[in-house]
Parts: sequence; structure tokens; C-alpha cells
Amino acid sequence: MYQLKFDEKRCLACPDGACLVQCQYLKYEADPARKEMVKIFRGEDSPVLQDCVTCYACEEYCKRGNHPFYLINERRENKGILTAPRAITRQWIHIGEPKGKYELGRIGKIALSFGFMPQLKEITKGRLFDDVMPSYFFGQEFFCNVVYIHFANTKVFKERLPVVIENIHKLGVEEVVFLHDECYAAFTSLAPAYGMEVPFKSVHYFEYLYNRLTALKDLIRPLNVKVVYQRPCSNRLCGDSHLFVRKIMDRIGATLVQRTYQDETALCCGSIFRAMYGYDLMADVQGRNLEDMAQSGAEYCIFNCHGCMNALSPLVAARGMTPLHLIDLCRMAIGETPEGGR
Amino acid sequence: MESIVQALAGIVGKPYVSASAEERYFYGRDPGLMPAHAPDYVVLPRSVEEIQAIVRLAGREKIPLVPMGAGMSLSGLVIPQRGGIVLDMKRMDGILKVNEAARYAVVEGGTSTGKLHAHLNRYYPRLRFSTPDSPAAATVAANVMIHGQGRLTQQQGFNSDMVSGLEVVLPSGELCRIGSCALSDDWFSKGPPLPDLSGLFLGWFGATGILTKVGIKLYPRKKMRDVEIFITDSPDFVPGILYELTHTEMAEDINIFAQPLPLIFSGNHHIVIYFTGDSAEEMEFKKRTLFHALDGFIKSKDGGFMTVGEGMKKTLLDMPQRSATTFADVTKGGGFEYSGPIVPIDRYPQCSRKLDELAVKYDLKYHATARIIDKGHAMMFAFSFTFNRADADMLNRTRMALSEASEYALSIGGLFWKPTLDEQRIALEKMDPQTARLMKRIKEELDPQGIMNPGNWEGI
Repeated sequence: MYQLKFDEKRCLACPDGACLVQCQYLKYEADPARKEMVKIFRGEDSPVLQDCVTCYACEEYCKRGNHPFYLINERRENKGILTAPRAITRQWIHIGEPKGKYELGRIGKIALSFGFMPQLKEITKGRLFDDVMPSYFFGQEFFCNVVYIHFANTKVFKERLPVVIENIHKLGVEEVVFLHDECYAAFTSLAPAYGMEVPFKSVHYFEYLYNRLTALKDLIRPLNVKVVYQRPCSNRLCGDSHLFVRKIMDRIGATLVQRTYQDETALCCGSIFRAMYGYDLMADVQGRNLEDMAQSGAEYCIFNCHGCMNALSPLVAARGMTPLHLIDLCRMAIGETPEGGR
Repeated sequence: MESIVQALAGIVGKPYVSASAEERYFYGRDPGLMPAHAPDYVVLPRSVEEIQAIVRLAGREKIPLVPMGAGMSLSGLVIPQRGGIVLDMKRMDGILKVNEAARYAVVEGGTSTGKLHAHLNRYYPRLRFSTPDSPAAATVAANVMIHGQGRLTQQQGFNSDMVSGLEVVLPSGELCRIGSCALSDDWFSKGPPLPDLSGLFLGWFGATGILTKVGIKLYPRKKMRDVEIFITDSPDFVPGILYELTHTEMAEDINIFAQPLPLIFSGNHHIVIYFTGDSAEEMEFKKRTLFHALDGFIKSKDGGFMTVGEGMKKTLLDMPQRSATTFADVTKGGGFEYSGPIVPIDRYPQCSRKLDELAVKYDLKYHATARIIDKGHAMMFAFSFTFNRADADMLNRTRMALSEASEYALSIGGLFWKPTLDEQRIALEKMDPQTARLMKRIKEELDPQGIMNPGNWEGI
């Protein structure tokens, strides 16, 4: 079975305990933060194991290349500490179970991964994707299974992820453009952290979009709109890709307005909180986030993850902003009229 | 035979009478599993006077008479067990009155639930009735006759509890009004403060008279409607969850479903909670209250609110709900039937486990659904099976599973809902003998010749 590569020495030498100090849901000063992490990697009890809400952000806050969240996850599982109600975990495990109903396009050397999110197929249209479509794959056979780290369940992805890697490898692709952060992070963060080899190049669709927009720059008509961006939890597992958001907005003439909860201080959409903890945490986080968006004067709220979009779109619209996927905004910039932009 | 056809034609007109083999075939069965039995005649009256004349003819000739709405009970309630005349009410489909201020409607005996639903949507957008999840062709009269349930059952009880008056043609051919309409033109009460005589007809499946008009209560229709689903992995938690939810008095409707397929639903029990409001604030308040009611279950990890995607939400908010029709064809072959006893809500775990057991024992695809009645006094628990009509063995296994489910429900204190003839017999045998004798006396007093839907509520 795969083991997490966690460098205890690196953690012991940590100067600031950033993983917990920066956490927006727990309150720790530097010294106690470092002590709790030491307790955790030694397998001792820690309130963090009970209180962590699985926002994933500590994976980004740790600048020393360790994996604090993956470690918390491992320890929770070892101790049988449930994060989610059992029925919710069971449902998600069922959702990702391969059923032999996958879908393949005309696979080339480069392919798009839709994971197991059918909405992604609907938005990858138009000129931005015409150099790669219809090379794509979709289905549970290609589903990254990262979501189970919300549920302190590493067994599922340890069993399934190697099979998924093999399934993609068998397609003969050299490069995969992942349309969802979790999938990209599965192959660039989780798999390496557990010593799984990935025999293909993984590209985040932000990078792909930026390059396409550069290639199609003559088509771009600056949008001159103010936008806020809802950063999803899974983007914390692949923080390098986040830099492209501002670059893409600059490229299409959209202004990413300054607000409190963005970049490293972004707040969760609340979707996973409602399933795991009920109303109060969800309402508090969503309320602060939406108020912050509204105060910013943005016209559009741009989404990267359809889970966030499902949770927040009606609430965003009720505050007078147009909810839109980032791809749709880019399509608008090159003169196309995406479904979500009408 | 020809003289009866002529006599019926003399009452309703030739186009509305038939004794042809194809009509008799069609009217001799329903979509469920009960054995078919053809009528001798089919007649479609257009007025109360025509119905009275038909009833008098049937009485004179001692011909069985079976009043019929859309024939969708699935339990054979309008299959003419002893032949005779099927009296199809569909031509009497008028909406006679809507009293907006007093919130009731009066419809003819063959008016469909779909027609009333559409009429209210169009002309009275602030009013609604308890729309059942049966196909829209189901009639209002038949639905209350079988003690049907609908979208307001959690709040208001059985749809028959929402009746506000009846007009009935008795087996003698006399016309009788029940409730406030017996004294005036107002149809606001089916009985109180008078003796409530509606019980002489509701639940009798036409064995004591023919409903020619029904007054039905209407209720406020809110501008907004939403749905949440709470899931738990054990049926043992369901009664407690329901108790907490109904305590809030915030839910419009509460249903439960559990099924092994598709896999996403496997192993969990899904409590579907509908709520309504006239403003975003009202909706949020209700949502918060419903969520908080279940905090204990969330904290102990015994249950949680699942994410309801846009597509699923749309399906669930549909009225009537059509997802059952998808399930009905899971095995291909178009067969679907359920035994839906009314049981106290604390029997959910037993019913759920029994259904699992029956599905294994008879090798059938199953679906459990339940609807909470009147804030938790009881629930309808449907032991549902889907089957291929072309597979005789599967048909037989389904019959046996349904029969066993019904007997089990009775053994744990439940009541049959829209019982088949066999179930009626079992219920009469089990009930207090004095109650059964009272029912017999009522039946004999109202229908001394036994011509009205014979076979139903007989046998004592």
C-alpha cells in the first residue's frame, strides 16, 4: 500500500507553523501550531484532528513542500475520526466507482480530461478548444478520486488512483489537460506525495487557456468588466496554477477586483461544509464571502469548479452579479456567446 | 344484452355506450397485477341525471355497476369482478366553482387532478390543492375515494381529509349532498359541525354510491419552493429524523426513498424535504430551522444533507413527480406495482428491512418510498417492485412479494391502502368484529341489492 511521504525533520524545523497559523477556520499562534503538528506526525491526539474542516488550504500555506493536510487526513483515518456523516461518505464512494460507462473522444497525443463532471464537456466548446477537441475522456474510470480526502478516507484513492493512472496511460496520451483542479492535483500533488508514478504530462487548463488566448490574441476584444473569482478548495492542492487567473484576466481585459477573501485568504463555497457540518458553518462562510464579493462592486463572479458554481450561483445572482465559468468568460472575450454567458 | 345497450344509449346517447370486445377488454383491467375481468357494458354519462338513470336501470335489472375515474389504483379497484356496467366518469370533467376567499373548489366526479392543477395555475396562482404524484389523468374524486395522498399530505393529512363536500348518487338512484352543501350553496365543510357522513362513501371504492361532485379544499400557494435531502445510512435513524423535522412545522412535504440502483443511492435512506415561502427571508428561515432540527444527527455523523444538483432539484420539484415512471421501466417491460400500507412512522425500519428481504427472496428490483402523513401521525410506505410484463415468472414473483409485504404490514400494525379484494378480505377478518358488522350494515342499508362495485368490502 502506498505511504505518504511526509518529512518530519522539515516540519520540526518549521519557523512559523504557517499551515495552522494561516488557517481561516482554526486559531493557532506559531508555537502551539508547530507543537500540534509534531503531535500529529507522532500519531498523538490533537484537537486539529477533530476541528479541521478540510479546506485543504494548509497544503498551500506550507512553503516547505510538506503535506500537512495529507498527514492530518492519514491520522484521522488511523484513529477512525469521521469528518463527514457516514451516509455522505458512502454516497461519494459510490459516485466515483467505475461502472464501465466511460466516454472517449478521438484520443490524440494531447487530450482533455473531464474527470467525472459532465458539465465540463458542455463548456469546452469554440475556438479555445478546437486544437485539441474532440480528444477527450470522461467517466469514473478517469475520475481522480481526490474528493475522498474530504472524508478522511485514503483507502479509496490509494486503490483507485493507480488504476486511473493506468487507464489514462493506456489511452496513449502524452499530455493531459485537466479541466478540474482536483484531477490536476491528483497527478501533480497527491500521486507524487504517495510515491505513485505518473507516466504522462499533466497540464492545468488555466495554463492551456492562457496559451490559447495568447495564440488567439487578435480575436480578443477586452471585456472591460469587473470580476471576482471564487477559488475552490482543490486549487489549494495546485497553488501554482492560481497565478494564471490574474494573467488570464489581464489577457481578456477583465479586472480582478481587490477583495478580502481571495488568493491565499479565499473562502470555501460552503458546499462541503453543509454536507459535513450543517447550516452554521456553511452560512457563516457563504455569508462573509458573498458580502465581500458584493462590496467589491464586481459585475461577474467567475467560477473554476462546478461544485462551487452549484452552491453559489443563485446566491451570487441574488446579489446582482452574474455567475459564470471562467472558460465562458474567456469565450466571450473572443467574441463567442457561450451558453452561460447569455 | 342488446336491450341493455339500447337502454343505456337511450340515457347517454349511442356514441357513449359500448359492448364491443375491444372496449370490454380495455375496461377489464388496470395497469397493475390484478387479474382482468371484462365488463358487459361501458357507459360514459355527461350529467348527474344520466347517472341517476343508469343506476336505476342497473338496480332494476340487478346488473353490477362499477364507477370509474382514470382506473389507476393499480390494485384492481375498478376491475368489474362480476361484469356488468363500467361507468366511466371522464366526460364529467367540469370545474364548477372556485371560492377564492374560502379556499375551496367544486369539481365534477370525473375531473382530473391535472385539469384542476392547470386551472388553478392559470386563474388562481395563489391557490393550490394537494396534487398527488399519480399521472395527471387521475381524477380528484377517485383520489379522495381511495384516501390518496399528495403534496400537502404532510401538512393537511390524507387528500380525503381535504374534502369540503360531496354530491353522491346513492345506489337507489337518489341524489344526496354531504356537508355544508346540504344546507346551502357553500361547500366549505364535508361535515363538521354536522355529523360527518362523508365516511359513508370515502374509502368505499364506489360500493356505497357514485361521487358526482367533490368539494376540495385549496391552500395558499407560495411564490417559492425548494427541496433539501437528508441522508442516513441506517433505517433506525429515520423515525427520529422525521420526528425532529415534523416538529419544526416548516416542511411542506416530506418523502423518503431508498433504492439499490443507481449506485449513488445504494445503502442510504433519503429524506426529501420540501419547503415553501413568499420571500427569500422566509425560505432561508425555514431552511435554517430544518437544518438545525437535525444538528444532532449531523454531529453524531449519523446523517447529513447531501448536495442536490440542479438537474435533480428540477426533477424533484416537478408536480406531479414523474421520477417513478423512470423506475417503473428499470427492468424493461413496463411493469410497476407497489403495496403501500399506512403505518406509524416508527415502523419505517421494519418495513425497510422487510423490503430488502423480499427483494432478495423473490429476486426483484425494488424501490422504497414513503410519504409522511399529517405531521407524522403515519406514513405511507410503498413496497415497490418493477417487473417485465412479458415474464410470467417475474409477474408471479412480484405478486408473491406484494402479498407478503401487505401481510407483513398488517402484522406490524399497519393498514392496507387502496386494498385489493384479497387485502380487503384480510382486513375485514382481522378487524374488530363489531366494526366489520357495522360496515356490513352500512353496505346493506345503502346497497341492498349489492350491485355497486361488487366484491369490494364484502365477505363478512
